[in-house]
Amino acid sequence: MATGIAEKLAVPAPARAGRTQLAWRQFRRSRAGLLGLGIILVFLLVGLLAPSIAPRDPYDVDFDRGLERPSRESLFGRDELGRDMLSRIIYGARISLVIGVIAMAIGVGVGVPLGALSGYYGGVPDLLTQRVVDVMLAFPGILLAIVIVAVLGVGLPQAMIAIGIVSIPVYARLVRGQTLSLRNQEFVEAARAMGAGVGRIIIRHVLPNTLGVVIVQSTLQIASAILTAAALGFLGLGAQPPTAEWGAMLSSARQYLRLAPHAVTFPGVAIMITVLGFNLLGDAARDALDPRMRI
Amino acid sequence: MRTYIAKRILLSIPVVFGVAFIVFAMVRAIPGDPAQVIGGQAATPEYIAALRKDLGLDRPVVVQFGGYLSSIARGDFGRSIRSNAPVTEELWARLPNTFQLTMASMVVATVVGVGAGIVSAIRPYSLLDAAVMVFALAGLSMPIFWSGLMMMLVFSIILGWFPPVGTGSLAHLVLPSVTLGMTSAAIIARMTRSSMLEVLRADYVRTARAKGQVERLVVGRHAFKNALIPVITVIGLQTGTLLSGAVLTESVFAWPGVGRLLVEGILTRDYPVVQGSVMVVALVFVFVNLAVDVLYALVDPRIHYQ
Repeated sequence: MATGIAEKLAVPAPARAGRTQLAWRQFRRSRAGLLGLGIILVFLLVGLLAPSIAPRDPYDVDFDRGLERPSRESLFGRDELGRDMLSRIIYGARISLVIGVIAMAIGVGVGVPLGALSGYYGGVPDLLTQRVVDVMLAFPGILLAIVIVAVLGVGLPQAMIAIGIVSIPVYARLVRGQTLSLRNQEFVEAARAMGAGVGRIIIRHVLPNTLGVVIVQSTLQIASAILTAAALGFLGLGAQPPTAEWGAMLSSARQYLRLAPHAVTFPGVAIMITVLGFNLLGDAARDALDPRMRI
Repeated sequence: MRTYIAKRILLSIPVVFGVAFIVFAMVRAIPGDPAQVIGGQAATPEYIAALRKDLGLDRPVVVQFGGYLSSIARGDFGRSIRSNAPVTEELWARLPNTFQLTMASMVVATVVGVGAGIVSAIRPYSLLDAAVMVFALAGLSMPIFWSGLMMMLVFSIILGWFPPVGTGSLAHLVLPSVTLGMTSAAIIARMTRSSMLEVLRADYVRTARAKGQVERLVVGRHAFKNALIPVITVIGLQTGTLLSGAVLTESVFAWPGVGRLLVEGILTRDYPVVQGSVMVVALVFVFVNLAVDVLYALVDPRIHYQ
């Protein structure tokens, strides 16, 4: 998936096509990376096709069958309201997919231009941006997301926005660093000498060269977005019941840990496998795209 | 190096102000009328007016921020809207618990992480190495609140070894600290392994082996000590992971720490409590990071800072 995007965006510069192919060849050799890719493909399919593959309506309550253990009829059992766990987990994939995509879009959409401009221009705007980034990174992990949720209010859309905002400084810092080292390189100077404007230089010459790190970062970022969203849901600050979101499911099922361990086990396994998939893919993509590793 | 340390300290001052500003701005940024949101739908207009005055929302923003800074400098975080008790008191009561939990987790993470990393690096690509790395990757991908519930299920409900929730004894500390330390242990193990592998390829390790040094000493004395530097940095960086993980772990195990206070504060819209807990956690994080950087500069003589 990562290389698919790379190919589309990197075509204009002829030299890059070769590099992308090289990266793909490198990536294919990583068994862990392929496993990650496989997991993500399954995750995408389940998320996209949820309504057609879920055996039942995930919101269909059946009190008589509350906390029923897994059986042939309900493979993952039933939750405290008798809803089918398998169907809820399938719909949960859909929700996590949306969370990952939206959070990443916010992070990339704001962070990448911010980092590129800040690194390219330098000076006071850069200094100010970097201090803001410092402050945002001064909140450990989930804390800034919690602060934003406290302001925006509790709920799934707010949680997605919060997670997106939290990832902005990471992209901004990453792209800024790359831009700093690129802006004085000869090919950028050549473009400048030929009269290219700042916009063109950044879009055609700087950003394509940061694509590798941004792709790797985005893959790992989706993993952490899914984890954070589930954590917020678990704390009662994200998705609210009855939404079939994995974290919120865990939050309501935890009271029945003793009676119905299955209701607590499966949503967690779903989160773990999905996050693992993105982590494996991100690690392999980094190895494949990092030229220092390819000697 | 002294200038580096001075610069690092100076740079953290605007960060502290920035954090204070965000925490201050939190309440003001609530869409609509903050006093109305905090008071709830059923609040009387008189109560809302009193609340607005209490929170200082009726004064100009600059004056408000100045007032906020001077009160937090005096250690005054205001009073809880729900219990009317001073937030500072509540924070002091909770902080030792969070501190205890984080420290215990740090120990777990370091011992397990460094140990597993070395074992992995000594026999790279062996079955044991593969097993350790698979566990590490699983540890990184597991949601901490879920692994906490799973530990509770296995070790308290099924096996009955440890109490599921609460505080008071060493036994109470085991499950929360292992839960919280696991993610960091995974990160430390991966770092230790790659750092060790790099060092084990170094010339001086080959020399040590060539002169007939016992393998245990080659690994322990020559390799490990040199591999330690990046590992120490990573351990320092775990403070953030542990502090934010504490929020979740405390909620799972009903551990009366600052993280639990924070979440309760948000759920009851008790903003002074939320502000106080966020401020304290963020400040601890900023200072620990500063300390790690300064210590690092002092410990590693090979690196020259500008």
